[in-house]
Amino acid sequence: MRFIDEFRDGELARGLAAAIRKAVRADRDYAFMEFCGGHTHAIARYGVTDLLPPSVHLIHGPGCPVCVLPIGRIDMAIRLAVDAGVTLCSYGDPMRVPASDGLSLIKANAKLGRGGRAAAAAGSATVGGEIRMLYSPADALALAQQHPERQVVFFAIGFETTTPPTALLIKQAQALGLRNFSVLCCHVLTPSAIASILESPEVRRWGTLPLDGFIGPAHVSTIIGTRPYEFFAEEYRKPVVIAGFEPLDVMQAILMLIKQVNGGQALVENEFSRAVSRDGNRKAQQLVSEVFELRRSFAWRGLGELPYSALRIRQEFADFDAERRFAVGYQAVADHPACECGAVLRGVKRPQDCRIFGSVCTPENPVGSCMVSSEGACAAHYSFGRYVAASDGRVTCAAPDLAVTP
Amino acid sequence: MNGVRKGYVRPLDLRHGAVDMTHGSGGRAMAQLIEELFAKYLGNDFLGQRNDGAVMPMPPGRLVISTDGHVVSPLFFPGGDIGCLSINGTINDVAVLGATPLYLAAGFILEEGLPLADLARIVESMACAARAAGVPVVTGDTKVVQKGAGDGVYITTTGVGVVADGEDFSGDRARPGDQIIVSGSIGEHGMAIMAQREGLGFAAPIVSDTAALHGLIAAMRASGAAIRTLRDPTRGGVATTLNEIARQSGVGMMLQEGALPVQAEVAAACEFLGLDPLYVANEGKLLAIVAPEDAHALLAAMRAHPLGQRAALIGSVHVDAHHFVQMTTGFGGRRIVDWLTGEQLPRIC
Repeated sequence: MRFIDEFRDGELARGLAAAIRKAVRADRDYAFMEFCGGHTHAIARYGVTDLLPPSVHLIHGPGCPVCVLPIGRIDMAIRLAVDAGVTLCSYGDPMRVPASDGLSLIKANAKLGRGGRAAAAAGSATVGGEIRMLYSPADALALAQQHPERQVVFFAIGFETTTPPTALLIKQAQALGLRNFSVLCCHVLTPSAIASILESPEVRRWGTLPLDGFIGPAHVSTIIGTRPYEFFAEEYRKPVVIAGFEPLDVMQAILMLIKQVNGGQALVENEFSRAVSRDGNRKAQQLVSEVFELRRSFAWRGLGELPYSALRIRQEFADFDAERRFAVGYQAVADHPACECGAVLRGVKRPQDCRIFGSVCTPENPVGSCMVSSEGACAAHYSFGRYVAASDGRVTCAAPDLAVTP
Repeated sequence: MNGVRKGYVRPLDLRHGAVDMTHGSGGRAMAQLIEELFAKYLGNDFLGQRNDGAVMPMPPGRLVISTDGHVVSPLFFPGGDIGCLSINGTINDVAVLGATPLYLAAGFILEEGLPLADLARIVESMACAARAAGVPVVTGDTKVVQKGAGDGVYITTTGVGVVADGEDFSGDRARPGDQIIVSGSIGEHGMAIMAQREGLGFAAPIVSDTAALHGLIAAMRASGAAIRTLRDPTRGGVATTLNEIARQSGVGMMLQEGALPVQAEVAAACEFLGLDPLYVANEGKLLAIVAPEDAHALLAAMRAHPLGQRAALIGSVHVDAHHFVQMTTGFGGRRIVDWLTGEQLPRIC
């Protein structure tokens, strides 16, 4: 595949690995946080850690949109389908995130079962709720157009990358005059999450989380540009290197970070210059600010309530805001007491430090959100990296007990 | 009573007609559907017995039986349809146990409203696949459900075969040192379905690999290689099938990413949809675990067969108390190749 294989080349990886080995100082360790789940996934899938010297540590950050969604937000989506009887459209990953009462979107849909779908298929006017998985948000709009008798709600999650498509969707719905389409907006902002990490007592006060720099977001930065990170580099004296999601991007960014740390610098550098500029995508930014405004406060899983850290739909587009249309409010729900997702999201703990990792909590039966998405730190470690812990002599999981089918 | 022709029944309208509830009622309409559609295409002496079952001769050996339900959506896709898929899939399940497939049974669940033209096309495709494989459909059943209670047609096929004494290709026979061979490029069936569903247009469309593998398996057996295990990596793909074998045999496996045969179009479509070809379903491929000293002879025998031309040695079996399947990535690192989690592509076969 052209323009893809080049960024996964083993020969170049070996060259970069040698350069990193040469660059690291023998008298110190390096700890870098990869903010994005996309980086976490690439590191695990291509085995990047195997190519790094033992003194370079990668800490998984909170940049997995599914992982930072609190239980109460999934509950809202379920209530929309079950109580308000809407057709809720969701991306695939949120479908399996555990919610209250032992439910998830996928389990809630199974419970809604035949009533909703059979009635819908028969063209009944009194249709029950339904939860659908989709690949493209545009499918939700098409569904609303095809079924004027049903209320269609798009469960919009994600950082700045997925926000412009949602904004576009709302504008299209307005232009079409659709009265049966709305959005449950759960879009969150990257700089707030980074600030929260840097302000956390583990980093600022106690210093228990050593953090020498950030591998900055790839896709998010195509929208917001590199400028928003300049504050972090300057104020907190932490270097940031924006990196693409291919494994060579990650290796190159690590080398750049090591050089900055060795030189005592704290700059924003852009490794992903093939897609990211300093100012980002102005058109997308303008579209977003036209449709959305800052929420005063938003609850994140693991990071808690963060001021001005998420978006809500502006008053001008209130008709398309599911929270207003169906009067569903957010209710905070405590995480499972043994689940360490919060600490994992802050980088304070590694997945394998959690007591229930790989035993009670597995991708088949996730307890916490980090075990759900392939970009989640726990799922990535479970799926791709367990042998590292296993070769230390620690059994981190049992083979899942599944029936063998022909 | 003039004008009434004795015994005349108006033929089924295979061009504009549709399945209705009477076609599953057990009455005359059902008899007509069987006569003019199923028997017409699938006809053979055993089916011609017109009993509720079939009586067939049985060669010596141990009996092998396998059954498989088919619910694929869409019913027609590049490279095949639910009809030929339901024949090939079950033949493969019988053949990977080392058996010679002999007979098939087919159960149809039809949804009210299914165009008879579609049904005829599907049954004709089954007949074509069964003829090509030399395995007749000897008995069957038809039921009709109301509109909305099914999705066009579901087909369950059961295959019967015989395996000679001494032939044993069970999944618990992989031993450390054994080599792992795949019979060709992976992920084509799943991506053909997915590309069709998602409306992905490629210059060269991805075509399902659906095929009956008993001929290839016969050639492999004839090579005399010490084959431990054969399995067709359908749902869950190569990754999940190897995990099944690793667990059954109590061993670990190490794959080489660079050795995995993947068509460029499939790799591109997987990249686009965020899927991994290792987890995408195949319908005309098999995995073989073979004794190390026979690996190259077996590979040569497979490559000499039309369905094994792109066969490749992709890894080896080793000792591992955790029964992990791992892979050396092309990038130079190592990773686990885990069981498939959740449902990657629903209704793929």
